Amino acid sequence: MLTFQCPYCGVQACETELAAGGEAHLKRFGPGSSDDDFEGYLFLRPNVKGVHFERWRHAMGCGKWFLAARCTATLEVFGTYPAQTTEPPADIIAAIKARRPDWSLT
Amino acid sequence: MRRYSAFAIAREAMRHHLGWERAWKSPVPKARYDVIIVGAGGHGLATAYYLGKNFGIRNVAVIEKGWLGGGNTGRNTTIIRSNYLQDPSAAIYEKARSLYETLSQDLNYNIMFSPRGVMMLAQTEHEIRGYQRTAHANALQGVTTEFISRQKVKELCPIINIDGPRYPVLGALWQPRGGTARHDAVAWGYARACSDMGMDIIQQTEVTGVRREGGRVVGVDTTKGHIACDKLGIVVAGHSGVMAERAGFRLPIESVALQALVSEPIKPVMDVVVMANTVHGYMSQSDKGEMVIGGGADNYNNYTQRGSFQHVEETVRALIETFPIISRLKMLRWWGGIVDMTGDRSPIISKTPVEGVFVNCGWGTGGFKAIPGSGWAMAELMAKGHAPLADAFSLDRFREGRFIDESVAAGVAH
Repeated sequence: MLTFQCPYCGVQACETELAAGGEAHLKRFGPGSSDDDFEGYLFLRPNVKGVHFERWRHAMGCGKWFLAARCTATLEVFGTYPAQTTEPPADIIAAIKARRPDWSLT
Repeated sequence: MRRYSAFAIAREAMRHHLGWERAWKSPVPKARYDVIIVGAGGHGLATAYYLGKNFGIRNVAVIEKGWLGGGNTGRNTTIIRSNYLQDPSAAIYEKARSLYETLSQDLNYNIMFSPRGVMMLAQTEHEIRGYQRTAHANALQGVTTEFISRQKVKELCPIINIDGPRYPVLGALWQPRGGTARHDAVAWGYARACSDMGMDIIQQTEVTGVRREGGRVVGVDTTKGHIACDKLGIVVAGHSGVMAERAGFRLPIESVALQALVSEPIKPVMDVVVMANTVHGYMSQSDKGEMVIGGGADNYNNYTQRGSFQHVEETVRALIETFPIISRLKMLRWWGGIVDMTGDRSPIISKTPVEGVFVNCGWGTGGFKAIPGSGWAMAELMAKGHAPLADAFSLDRFREGRFIDESVAAGVAH
């Protein structure tokens, strides 16, 4: 069973307390953008097998959205961080590199 | 190929069963093929089969990373039905269901198609309206279904508790010619027929890269070296995103785990397939007597082929209320498969941005029932450039907003 530490209330929350919210750090495209950009933002996902940045909501706890880095091939969780960021923080990247030396943020 | 028949069994019985030949060959890959299909599951093998049978394209290789039929083809709950709401879905699933009717004779391989009837329980007022609408749509589409009363449900499946306090049964959508088939046999039967047509089925070989020249596919790199091809079909279900990345494009797909479980075998207690979408559970009894139970998919990206305990609990808890008889059954096996979900819960059978590369994916939680129809449509698309059954399922429907929205129509378990 997946467990994440909620970065807001500090609780170790298991997946029954949480709601998954899909990929994190999507770049949003709105009116006036090209069809390609809009399609990419709305539908196309890399769907990585490996390190995945994603959104979760502590639905049965504090109710807040947070972000997490997790491996989709092994379910290993590298860390969680607040949702008010546009890219993964340095300590999360360091935690991933410690476990996956070949991995790089692309 | 030696044909299977009652006479063949009698002949082999006289000589200690020494005359059976291998069902398919395991050849060394050639340097070049007209068509390469990646993925030897049901959909990939059916595509190859209909390429050969309907279009005479026989210089074909089917390349499989693991073993034949070892992915979702061997992990589903074997339900076959075609009671879909949208016209394009009903067309392709009904094509598949009708091909299943005669597939054993067509392949000379017993796939044990059992049209025992599928009922989808209506347990809320909303579901009654939804299924009545589907029944009307099916009447226009030429798919035989009917909305039946709760008394008829009880008559068809006496072990159902129709007066459950929380989930009373109010009626059901009944498809009398839906049912089940032996899932492995579908893959094995297609593989044997493909091998017989001279196609190469190459197992334990991973496609690691797609070679392109001027925006067109020229071959694939595999763990057994480079193989050239004119056309490439990617039919890899859960790993579609990974293969698309190797071919240089992205797909509107996310991969999640879907799980199922079977109980210990018991005497025959139900001879229909029952799906209960309100409680995310469905159940049928296999020929061995095991109760085959499926539930909802996890909602986060996952490639591990493992499910979550709480989904099993959720599914079984709800089913026990509808089927009190199963409350003391022990569960024998429990497994997960990786399913490829699209936003509108409909598949993708399409050309791609790379010329000569075709994808067949996005079947999500309901691919097994579609195998013959999916292969039929994909083969026509690869041979002729378009196919009546496949055109609505093209990749550009997302860009153009032409969704085939079965997520609203079925929600789960389809």
